[in-house]
Amino acid sequence: MVEWTDFERATIKDIFSKIEYDVVGPATLARCLVVYPWTQRYFGKFGNLYNAAGIAENAMVSKHGITILHGLDRAVKNMDDIKNTYAELSVLHSEKLHVDPDNFKLLADCLTIVVAARFGNGFTGEVQAAFQKFMAVVVSSLGKQYH
Amino acid sequence: MTTLTAKDKQTVKAFWAKVSGKSEDIGAAAVARMLVVYPQTKTYFSHWQDQSPNSPAARKHGKTVMMGVGDAVTKIDDLKEGLKELSELHAFILRVDPANFKILSHNILVVMAVMFPTDFTPDVHVSLDKFLAAVSLALAEKYR
Repeated sequence: MVEWTDFERATIKDIFSKIEYDVVGPATLARCLVVYPWTQRYFGKFGNLYNAAGIAENAMVSKHGITILHGLDRAVKNMDDIKNTYAELSVLHSEKLHVDPDNFKLLADCLTIVVAARFGNGFTGEVQAAFQKFMAVVVSSLGKQYH
Repeated sequence: MTTLTAKDKQTVKAFWAKVSGKSEDIGAAAVARMLVVYPQTKTYFSHWQDQSPNSPAARKHGKTVMMGVGDAVTKIDDLKEGLKELSELHAFILRVDPANFKILSHNILVVMAVMFPTDFTPDVHVSLDKFLAAVSLALAEKYR
């Protein structure tokens, strides 16, 4: 079981209560598709992903970015059992979507960058540590059901 | 590891021109974050009296690191040759495990996002990420 300090719990709840999902979600997925272009392999049906501008304007990318970010809500609400909370989603990503679990870390890193840009100096080293720990647990849980 | 394209080099140089005025602050912030978020990195600084993230030693180290990054920008066309001496320093004297280059690079990127949210676009991010990876590779060149 993952142990969370009071600071870590409060930090995660605070971050997710403050971010604008319809800005952060699209920005995160778009950044991932630009910075790690091989991740585009999962979005063959999304249309124009030819360059950063195209990706930023792509409505399917935006919509999916919001979906992904809301997917994190479950973990925020169940910090004491993220592994089981994501068991089904893990199976989905493995069996149906066939996503290489290494990609989860790439998306998590992009989210860290977008959240950092959003909070500026409020995103202190301590806050970053809590956020990265949370995302590491999410990433690990999403990869748990792969076999 | 990929080579830097002409576009990458151009992007890195242009972005560096914008941010290099703050390079001491960037370096200090990146080292501070690294010490807090990845506490295992403190093992390299056991010789510091004060290992806290905002100590004078940590700030000075941040400045040193970013001077190296700035130097690497000027040598972007041949990093392996240009950073040869720095590589020897890291290989034979400092013996920093190269995994840590990735850690510090990540924290430099986070600081760029914090300090330059509008300028640190996805295009700048990818070129800078590639550049820091290339610098890391050049630094590890003399290890074995």
